[in-house]
Amino acid sequence: MTATPITGTSKPALERRFRLQWEAAQNAHVLLYPEGMIKLNASAGEILKRCDGQASVADITRALESAFETTGLANDVVAFLSMAVDKQWVRVLP
Amino acid sequence: MGQGAAVNGVSEMNAHAAVDALPGAMTAPTPGPPLWLLLELTYRCPLHCVFCYNPTDFARSGPELGTEDWLRVLREARALGAVQLGLSGGEPLARDDLEIIVAEAHRLGFYINLITSGVGLDQPRIAALKEAGLDHIQLSFQDSSRQMNDFLSSTRTFDLKSRVAALIKQYDYPMVLNVVLHRYNIDHVEEILNMADQFGAEYVELANTQYYGWAWQNREQLMPTRQQIERAEAVTQRFRERVGRPMKIYFVVPDYFERRPKPCMNGLGSIFLTVTPDGTALPCHAARMLPGFDFPNVRTMPVATIWRESSAFTHFRGDGWMKEPCRSCPEKTRDFGGCRCQAYLMTGDAANADPVCDLSPHHHLVTEAVARAERHAGQAAAAAAQVAPVEKPLVFRSPANSARLNP
Repeated sequence: MTATPITGTSKPALERRFRLQWEAAQNAHVLLYPEGMIKLNASAGEILKRCDGQASVADITRALESAFETTGLANDVVAFLSMAVDKQWVRVLP
Repeated sequence: MGQGAAVNGVSEMNAHAAVDALPGAMTAPTPGPPLWLLLELTYRCPLHCVFCYNPTDFARSGPELGTEDWLRVLREARALGAVQLGLSGGEPLARDDLEIIVAEAHRLGFYINLITSGVGLDQPRIAALKEAGLDHIQLSFQDSSRQMNDFLSSTRTFDLKSRVAALIKQYDYPMVLNVVLHRYNIDHVEEILNMADQFGAEYVELANTQYYGWAWQNREQLMPTRQQIERAEAVTQRFRERVGRPMKIYFVVPDYFERRPKPCMNGLGSIFLTVTPDGTALPCHAARMLPGFDFPNVRTMPVATIWRESSAFTHFRGDGWMKEPCRSCPEKTRDFGGCRCQAYLMTGDAANADPVCDLSPHHHLVTEAVARAERHAGQAAAAAAQVAPVEKPLVFRSPANSARLNP
């Protein structure tokens, strides 16, 4: 397992074998993959839907802070993305 | 928005392995959505596998649903919150309206898994399915060697499957290779995994046979010995450590060798809904064997009513049906008492604890079955050395054998 450190300039993208989708019946975003599903909580869903391979971690953090009218989310975003990379939901583009 | 919440708020359901039970599924007064919809589009199949879970009386099944019925089932189930869709059979490619069904499922937002032997999947067909929005193809293999693959499925398909595996990669699908393990191929696990690696499979399911339908018919002949299972698990583990790319390998241990039952279907009526070729709705693909139910049919009852109100789905939902030792067992929220079909097949009462559990008063039925299989394996080895006859031959899945077994 390669542990790419996540920094403000990293550009996270959803791994191609996952599909992120809003499910009204579950009131949640889910990650769909062959014969399986991961139900995400609200913050995980908000982060992952911004992981398009274009936006940097800093961009994503700013967007979330703006959307939720708060500050100081950087550590939470990095921590979540580290887990997501570890679980191979997300890959990080340099 | 805290880090802990982001990490802990994730739950996973997964058909390959028993992962977390969905919270609240156990005693919820109103059920959650049927998250997983399995459509068995047809019982027609070019293969004749000895371990098929289809009912042995499939030849007496009523006429298949038409295209419009399947599309209506998709719309009704999606409205209830179904999201993972399995298209299976029999061989789903035997339906020439498969592309129409896939296109509608895609439009509705399903994640669509095609579960296939690969027979009938040529280049124009896979292109059409891709265009229609198919998300993934699970290809079954009987073994890594041509001889064993063709023998166990009673047909000549190995080369064809190899070509299909190449097509799956060519069309940029993630590939799940499914190999059902049993006494005759479990010693080939290393070759099977090497083959999967060559094909570029992303997921490999080494699924030990579950004994329902045709597999139940052939149980004594198919069950591996404990020694075979331990060796296969060790080989799998060594392979995991040396494989050089992302490849998830699920080794599903046969539950007869366990001391606790599998959390079958997360409890009946919890997340799974199966529709058989003739439109019968079942809480799991083997449940038609359970006595005392008038299983509803999607031709005459809306899917929502079936899911919420029919006794086929409400009876085993939650834990009110349980007897001892399950009723007072702290583990009932983890395994839901195991498999109702297995309890019925082995003990004659579907409300009993799954006899795989060593707390069940019927657990001896499982250990005796394993012992019988070990003796049979010894006999088969002797027969191979031509010193003794085999008592029971394998019964291949076919319309003729179906009619013979169910006169």
